[in-house]
Amino acid sequence: MSYFKPQFRHPQLPTNERGFTRTAYEGLISTLCAGCGHDSISAAIIQACWELSLEPHRIAKVSGIGCSSKSPTYFLNKSHGFNSVHGRMPSVATGAFAGNHDLNYIGVSGDGDSASIGMGQFAHVVRRNLNMLYMVENNGCYGLTKGQDSATADEGSKSRTGQVNPFENIDLVGVALEIGATFVARSFSGDKQQLVPLIKAAIAHKGFALIDVISPCVTFNNHHGSTKSYDYTREHVQSGNIVDFVPSRTEITANYEEGQTHSVQLHDGSMLNLAKTKPEHDPGNLRAAVNALQASREEGEILTGLIYIDTEEPDFKTMMKIGEKPLNSLSQDELCPGGERLEKINASLR
Amino acid sequence: MDATNTSNPEYFHKVVDCQYACPAHTPVPEYIRLIARQRYTEAYLVNWESNVFPGVLGRTCDRPCEPACRRGRVESEPVAICRLKRVAADNKGDIAPYMPVIPTEKNGKCIALIGAGPASLTVARDLMPLGYTIHLYDENPKAGGFMRSQIPAFRLPETVLDEEVDRILDMGVDCQLSHRVESMKGILAKDYDAVFVGTGAPRGRDLDLPGRQEADENVHIGINWLADVAFEHKQSIGKNVVVLGGGNTAMDCCRTARRLGGEEVTITVRSTFEAMKASPWEKEDAQREGIPFLPNHTPLEFICENGKLTGMTFDEVESVYDRDGNRKLVSAGKPPVLIKADEVLVAIGQEVAFPWIEDGCGIEFDQWNQPVVDSTTFQSTNDKVFFGGDAAFGPENVITAVAHGHQAAVSIDLFLSGRDIKSERPAPGTRLFSTKMGIHEWSYDSQVTVDERFAVPHLDNETALGDRRAEVELGFDQSTGFAEAQRCLNCDVQTVFIESKCIECDSCVDICPTDCITFTENGDEDDLRKRLTAPAEDLEQALYVSESLQQTGRIMVKDENVCLHCGLCAERCPTAAWDMQQYLYSVTKPAPVIKIDASRIGLPITGNSGKTESSRTSGGLAS
Repeated sequence: MSYFKPQFRHPQLPTNERGFTRTAYEGLISTLCAGCGHDSISAAIIQACWELSLEPHRIAKVSGIGCSSKSPTYFLNKSHGFNSVHGRMPSVATGAFAGNHDLNYIGVSGDGDSASIGMGQFAHVVRRNLNMLYMVENNGCYGLTKGQDSATADEGSKSRTGQVNPFENIDLVGVALEIGATFVARSFSGDKQQLVPLIKAAIAHKGFALIDVISPCVTFNNHHGSTKSYDYTREHVQSGNIVDFVPSRTEITANYEEGQTHSVQLHDGSMLNLAKTKPEHDPGNLRAAVNALQASREEGEILTGLIYIDTEEPDFKTMMKIGEKPLNSLSQDELCPGGERLEKINASLR
Repeated sequence: MDATNTSNPEYFHKVVDCQYACPAHTPVPEYIRLIARQRYTEAYLVNWESNVFPGVLGRTCDRPCEPACRRGRVESEPVAICRLKRVAADNKGDIAPYMPVIPTEKNGKCIALIGAGPASLTVARDLMPLGYTIHLYDENPKAGGFMRSQIPAFRLPETVLDEEVDRILDMGVDCQLSHRVESMKGILAKDYDAVFVGTGAPRGRDLDLPGRQEADENVHIGINWLADVAFEHKQSIGKNVVVLGGGNTAMDCCRTARRLGGEEVTITVRSTFEAMKASPWEKEDAQREGIPFLPNHTPLEFICENGKLTGMTFDEVESVYDRDGNRKLVSAGKPPVLIKADEVLVAIGQEVAFPWIEDGCGIEFDQWNQPVVDSTTFQSTNDKVFFGGDAAFGPENVITAVAHGHQAAVSIDLFLSGRDIKSERPAPGTRLFSTKMGIHEWSYDSQVTVDERFAVPHLDNETALGDRRAEVELGFDQSTGFAEAQRCLNCDVQTVFIESKCIECDSCVDICPTDCITFTENGDEDDLRKRLTAPAEDLEQALYVSESLQQTGRIMVKDENVCLHCGLCAERCPTAAWDMQQYLYSVTKPAPVIKIDASRIGLPITGNSGKTESSRTSGGLAS
């Protein structure tokens, strides 16, 4: 059993704009089960942050409890991190953001952490449009407690012991669309070509960005009859669009067929080019997004890609009128302007 | 690309860079692991089976394995393979019980070996256990060839050489020492069933410059002079010595001269310091002894006064390379440089010489006066006569001579048993077996250490220069040997991929520290090399390509180049689609030579049908 990853790296590893190789974005060796989809998601986050040339110390990782929430240990170990209480990651993220909105917030949660114990927190962080990337590593089961069905397990899906799930599932993508999320995507841990640009776009998005990632549990939910296994997901994935993230400084070179592309300008100037594989799906239109999601469900397919994006909605920072200067960098004088100022405030309230 | 055919015995062999680069293909990682386990005897036997002279080679090998070592591609220095070999030789126990039994009843076939160097001795070692009668001829009073006459005792103690040479002679070789063979016709007339010529490259090149004749008494050909020192015909040298040449013989000459009384010993070379042919470590050793190098100097003239050599003049030159990389020495146009010299040693190369092989022996020579020899069978144009070592294709080194010896021995054995020496040549012996001991347990140390190459201690200069027999390199002690052994990446433990088990979860891709693995659409090699996780620019290093995978139809491509063989891909694989399997490869030899359960030291079974044997047991390494 290896407890350490060897220190040697490929001698010709490319560097990003900041001169870092991917190594600068890695974490400790994973202790998750061999083959866990979560490890692929960690690798996709590493790749995306490297490609975006983010500085690791300008990123904060927040998570709750569960296999998924352990995984921030396995990437970005030079970043800030907070492994919080079960289902309460959104509160911690909100507080952290209020304290310092200059960081990139990456929340990592699971189906239990978000769709069961943390459902209430999840709903509210969505509607507040908190500036963060919220990843749900969704495997449809409670892997840490031996694989019981979670709230996202599909109705009719068979557990490893052969029991069929009788309950309707909670589709976090659907819930998020319903309560005003501004960036909603779904992907699959086994498809980094799609996942990496989605993560990059989500980080660049101003506001709340949800990526629900189907992430098979190899130990408890990767058997015949499961609807969250590697082969079931691969057979039923229906890619709504192919996402190409173009940073603001880059010239756009990709060519797309007329009428098949949809470009979205993000607030930082970067562009999202979507090559649509289903022409009727327009991710800029909420109704079309809801319809596409519903249609895919009826067909028994899993719709992936960027499902909905709205770049106009004000984000949490705007709505809460948070000042440009982060709270944590305010000086004593700014935080405590003195008795005279207090008098004035008190007087204004009388 | 087509899926890689791993049943070709050469595919996995090539992944073991050190072993592949070794002319004798010694299973390096296998004996390094045995050293780490303090099983020095077994480590020695693995070596002895393959290269016959582990003690000698552990000190003097040219080490083609080290520049090939994968470790040198992921950090600055390769594993000190050669010095580890010496650790095995220095610390081994009694190996007598494992030596082959020599049949008392001979098989009736008699073979003459001309020259008692490493090539001939290897032939003897390989054929004596089969019952052949062997007559060994050499002009010197002791066997060993150039290992004895050219390698100075301060690099190779006589006791070490004697032990390994005598082990072969004691198998009952009929030695005709101090017997210079003057006529091939005479040998052929003795009706030997086969003759092996291992006479080396005995003629040192001379330098025909003005003053050469007059200075003759104090000008010596390097290899002859070294032999005279080794056999104690020469005990001293003048105070001022100039050595001409930049190869390993020149290094040995200058260091020997320092020990025989040379006070001002200078090496002069026509090339630049960097382009000198000597191995880097031999240059370092000479420099450590305070010997100055004078590169870019072409000799002009031997200067004599009253019929006695007093110095040499040189022209300072510059190396200029043309577009094809050919070097031209261009005079710097400066006045000649005079260097005082009481004696000059000429070490500017050596060549084969066969004045004793007459026309009409049926042995053809090519336009460069090299015998026409088949590079696989080592047979000459006379069916009965085989060549090996430097005599076959010109000057190389000890390990190459050993490699030739094995192949010639195979040919001779086939020839004398009436089989075809080409088509009936046995395939190399191979074994491939899993090292899996448990869920994440391997039978080898998969962890990769970060230790840098350990330096070997040296005798202090004063003691070393005072005694030409005092060995300079002291070798690793056991604990340094262990630490250095742990630097080995175990490249013979192969990453074997079983596509039918793969569920394409990407875990191996994500964990691989050196980004060797990619899952992608198939394409031709040039195209694939551009689409991998990390650059795959070393075209010498193979891509390991799978069949199309079940779920997506993609293929797995692994660039073998900088794989650390750490086993993490296999540890992170949920379905055991990756397995770490040890691959043993043994060059074909006429017969097994060690009396030991091959599985005890993980030796491949010699001369099987070449098929890869695959087993799930952890066999090979259990003691």
